[in-house]
Amino acid sequence: MILLTVGTQLPFDRLVTIVDSLAPSLPERVFAQIGHGHYRPEHMDWCPFVGPIEFERRIEECSYLISHAGVGTLVMAQKHGKPVILFPRRAALKEHRNDHQLATVRGLEGRPGVQIAYDKDDLARFIAQPKPTPERQDILPERDRLRRTVADLIGAEHRRLAGS
Amino acid sequence: MSDRSRDFTVLAVSSGGGHWEELLLLRPAFSGFNLVFATTNAELAERDHIDRFLFLPDANRDEIWRSVLCFFASIRLIMRLRPNVVITTGALPGLFCLIAARLTRAHTVWIDSIANSDKPSLSGRVARPFAHEWFTQWAHLATRSRRYDGALL
Repeated sequence: MILLTVGTQLPFDRLVTIVDSLAPSLPERVFAQIGHGHYRPEHMDWCPFVGPIEFERRIEECSYLISHAGVGTLVMAQKHGKPVILFPRRAALKEHRNDHQLATVRGLEGRPGVQIAYDKDDLARFIAQPKPTPERQDILPERDRLRRTVADLIGAEHRRLAGS
Repeated sequence: MSDRSRDFTVLAVSSGGGHWEELLLLRPAFSGFNLVFATTNAELAERDHIDRFLFLPDANRDEIWRSVLCFFASIRLIMRLRPNVVITTGALPGLFCLIAARLTRAHTVWIDSIANSDKPSLSGRVARPFAHEWFTQWAHLATRSRRYDGALL
């Protein structure tokens, strides 16, 4: 199963429509979480919202994700080692308040397991290719660094209060 | 030994969705401390096996009334819990808790979402004067008042 998600905040009919038009030619079924979108998919299983527990189960089941460029989906995909094709929302098309999703994907360009699609052609091309393998979760020095920093901050505050 | 150090409490708070996923990635940093999580979706706490969880009504800047509700709920939460440290990844519910906590003289930490890669978030900019520590997750955004010390993704 391929998992399509647009997150919980805003509809993203452009992405849902594109994936629905590609769905008949795909070797796998697509399950789409379409949020408040008006477009009703014809070639995919879909529902507006999925609770966090069921959503995680679907991520475990899927072979890869197609998603708006939301951090939540990205973290979950990474956690379960699933490849993800990100499709950023555009402020000019009223798909989000601002273009931070474009900025997000610029920062993620070239990550193993993450592909960035900007239009239907990109998406069709990535879907047809074998998916890249995501990076391993246990070697993320920058993540460890921020965790250490935060842990040290809390520890320092604890010691400060204990000593006062 | 002051009264406050004996019940040293850390509050980790964020709205649902991506902000929550980022907060959870920080979880190992909280280990060993008396920790309470707060977010806007109780099912997330269930999914992630959170022991001590407090609920906050959801809000974003497009919904003024819900924001007002969330603001007062945040103040009440902080007044009841009286955390010593508040750490948030945003957005509005985290901002409200951070401001309220700063006014109770707690230590406050803002971690701007990794989604903000070309400028700090709006809620992050509002949080700036109330945050003892303000982190960006992008090295190129670091300034004297915006610290870069790693990133979660």
